[in-house]
Parts: sequence; C-alpha cells; structure tokens
Amino acid sequence: MRPTPFYEIHKQKNAKIDSFAGFLMPIQYPTGIIREHRQVRDSVGMFDLSHMGEIIVRGEKRLDFVYNLITNDASKLAVGQTLYTPMCYPDGGIVDDLLVYRMKDYFYLVVNASNIEKDFLWMKENQIEKMSLENASYDTALIAVQGPKAEEVVQKLTTLDLAKIGYYHFAFGQIAGVDVIISRTGYTGEDGFEIYFTNVDKAEEIWNLVESAGRKFDIIPIGLGARDTLRLEMKYPLYGNDIDKTTNPLEAGLRFFVKLDKDNFIGKSALVKVHQEKISRKLVAFEMLDKAVPRQHYEIYADDKKIGEVCSGTMSPSLNIGIGTGYVPREYMKTGTEIYIKVRNKMKRAIIIKPPFYKQGSVKR
Amino acid sequence: MVQKGLKYTETHEWVNIRGNIAIVGITDYAQKQLGDIVFVDLPEEGDEVTKGDSMASVEAVKAVADVNAPLNGIIVGVNEKLEDAPDLINSSPYDEAWIAKIKISDSNEIDDLMDAEEYEAFIGE
Repeated sequence: MRPTPFYEIHKQKNAKIDSFAGFLMPIQYPTGIIREHRQVRDSVGMFDLSHMGEIIVRGEKRLDFVYNLITNDASKLAVGQTLYTPMCYPDGGIVDDLLVYRMKDYFYLVVNASNIEKDFLWMKENQIEKMSLENASYDTALIAVQGPKAEEVVQKLTTLDLAKIGYYHFAFGQIAGVDVIISRTGYTGEDGFEIYFTNVDKAEEIWNLVESAGRKFDIIPIGLGARDTLRLEMKYPLYGNDIDKTTNPLEAGLRFFVKLDKDNFIGKSALVKVHQEKISRKLVAFEMLDKAVPRQHYEIYADDKKIGEVCSGTMSPSLNIGIGTGYVPREYMKTGTEIYIKVRNKMKRAIIIKPPFYKQGSVKR
Repeated sequence: MVQKGLKYTETHEWVNIRGNIAIVGITDYAQKQLGDIVFVDLPEEGDEVTKGDSMASVEAVKAVADVNAPLNGIIVGVNEKLEDAPDLINSSPYDEAWIAKIKISDSNEIDDLMDAEEYEAFIGE
C-alpha cells in the first residue's frame, strides 16, 4: 500500500484513510462528505490526487502513437492544451479514460490510479518505432483546487496570469521554487486547477501554501468520498463503475470524444459498426422520485422486468435526492422515462433525466 | 462515546429497556463510522421483528447499514422525526435519534445483550 506525499497531513487532520487502487487515500475528513461537497460547490476545496497515474510519451513518432492509441484526436491539440479521451481495445471496450496534455516535446497522459499498470502494459504492447514511454506515476504529486473561488486562491501562488489559461489548457510555473504544471481541469463541475509536480520533498510545503492562500475562503481538504459525489452530480463517468472493458464509449455517452472520421485508432472498426447499427443500450442518468438511495449493482426494472443494474449511485448533497446511472436498453433511454430501482426488495420510482444532475457548476467551458 | 445504563449489540445498536419495551437506536461509534446520515428506512408499527435480522436501514452518503433487531418482538413505535431529519443520528444518536420501540416477546433475551462496559471493550475504547 503506497502512501501519497501528503499522507502525514491527512493523518494529522484525522482523515478516514482507506486503501484505494493500492494507495492510502483520505476518504473523508472529520468535516464529513456533505460539508466537503458543499464547500467545493460554494467556495473552494483542495484534493490530494497523487494516486492518479502519469505516463510520458517522448520521441519523434509520439503523435503517431497517441493518435492511434486514443479515440479523440490529439493532432488537433495545440501545445498547452489538454483533451479528455477514452482509450479502447480493438473490440471497442474501454481500457481507460484519460487526459492527454500536449507539451512542446512530449505528451503527458494522466490515467486512473486503478489502471496504471494495465495502461502502461497496454501502451507498451502498442508501442511503435522512434518513441518511448515513461511511467512517472509514483514520482508525481497532484493537488487539485476546485470551486468557484479556485482561481483567486491559485493566483496567489503563481506569477502566471491564470485568467489567460482557458478550460482544458495549462501552463508551466513555479510554486515555492518547484516546477509545476498548472492545468485548468477537474472532475467536479466547478472551475478549478490541477497542480502537478515531481519534487515531492516539497509536497507538504506546497500543500501548506495552498491552504494559506485559501484561508480567506475557509478552504478545507476534500476526500475521495466527496470527489465521487461531485463527479456523479455531473454524470462524469468513473472507470470500474460506469465504464470498463465490457462497455464502449458510444453507449457510455462519450460519443463527443470518439472521432470516427480519424484515419485510424485502436477500436475504430468496432466502434464504426456500433455507430452504424445504433447502440443497443445507453448509460442513463436517473433521479429517484421516491425517497431512496440507489447503490451500485441495485437492479433496474421497467415493465415488470429487470432491464439493468445501477453503475453509480448516491444521495446528491446538492439536490438532496437519490441519483444514479445505469445502462438500459435503447427503448428505455429517453429522458422522462419512468423506471424502478429495487432497494432492499422494494420497488422505488425513478425517472431518467438529461444530465448533468447539477446544472449550476462554475466550470468554464 | 458509550452511554451508561443502556444495553448494546455486536452490530452497534443500543437498547434502552423500559419494562417490556425496548427502545433501539444506533451507537455513537456506528454513526461515526458511517458519516453523514442522509436517509433512514424505518420499520412500520405492527411489524414482527426477529432478533439479529434487519428491521431498518440507515443510509450514509457512501454506505448503507442495516439496523438489526436486538430482540424478538413487535414494533410499537417509530421515530418519524428521522424521515425529515436523518442527521439527528449524527448529532444526537442516544437521545433524539431513537429509531424504533419494540414490545419484547421474551425478556430472557435481554441477558444476551452487552452492558456499556462490555460494549466499550468490544469496540476497543
């Protein structure tokens, strides 16, 4: 079990620490998930996301490699720009979803903690001439600062003009004399930044600087529990819950990130076929009409038969109702369709909605 | 915090014995483990409950926990306040957030429950 560079800080703050994807991560702090969640929606919070994986692609043929690896189009990226993309198997199943950063001399791929080793092996298997791969996952610290006040907080730490960094763009800067990547990205639906650095000896110092910069807004650390409720209110997919090797990006609602007109990418022919034949099921977002909380693997019913299972579910701290996602056959995927969730052997009413669940996020698109 | 004078189960329910009525809730230790409580699924008056079986459930944001009947009996009261204020379980687990009242079928079963000192030792406090 790996501690992150901020492990001692989490312990001092009495976080509930649990293993997640092989890392010892803060699940929640004594403030509790609801308070943490609302802090990010209303003001600003900070997250230790050092468990995320970072893989560096270098060499002359780096773009050819990345182009073929992912479903989105990295050739359209400018230096200083980031994209979100699925990465698929030849059958269209999802290996992982990731961020791709285009630097001047290399690509920087940020992958899910649970998939680091699998992804790195997959990339090695698909490696071509004149390029190289480096797994920097275990030497990289990542702090996310998320919320409508995030820019004001992070601006205090850097001489970069953050107003000039657009959504899904980034720049190199320094905090406490340490080289950092400051990226306007996140997984919360709020405006915010993700700060990457490899000088982990300075990790605690940088954490404390962010905390001081956020004092005016009563910044608090946010655990993985609230990270999950924040992302689910936006219907952002979570690998392992909403997407995996048995699901394809088209049925997962990620059509926008699959560029079927690209010359080539792994999974293209399978996904073109799915697209032509139309998806047979779709990952939908539903809200509970009855008072109940949907949970992963609860059964979904309609017309007195089981039509699917819940992929992600929680009580929404912003809306104060149960919300969830699940794959349903196409005849049930329309917004407004009423379905039932089986909760402890009782059928509870729910309705399919158009995502996101939470529509007031400050994220700058 | 463990409250003196109450009885306890290994599944973290507290039981306040008042004659042939058992008032049941979940312990402070249990609510701390669960975190913010967002929903309570209450039993109904008249429900017959079996010792050790689920009679209610308590939902936190990220987890759900069964509330097990500490004794055999019949539900004779439920705390409807919890429907609108489930967070009372976090703020007042032993007082305002009682969950149900059970009419005890067999008072011999009371002896199977732990007292406060035994429960303290059980949770390692």
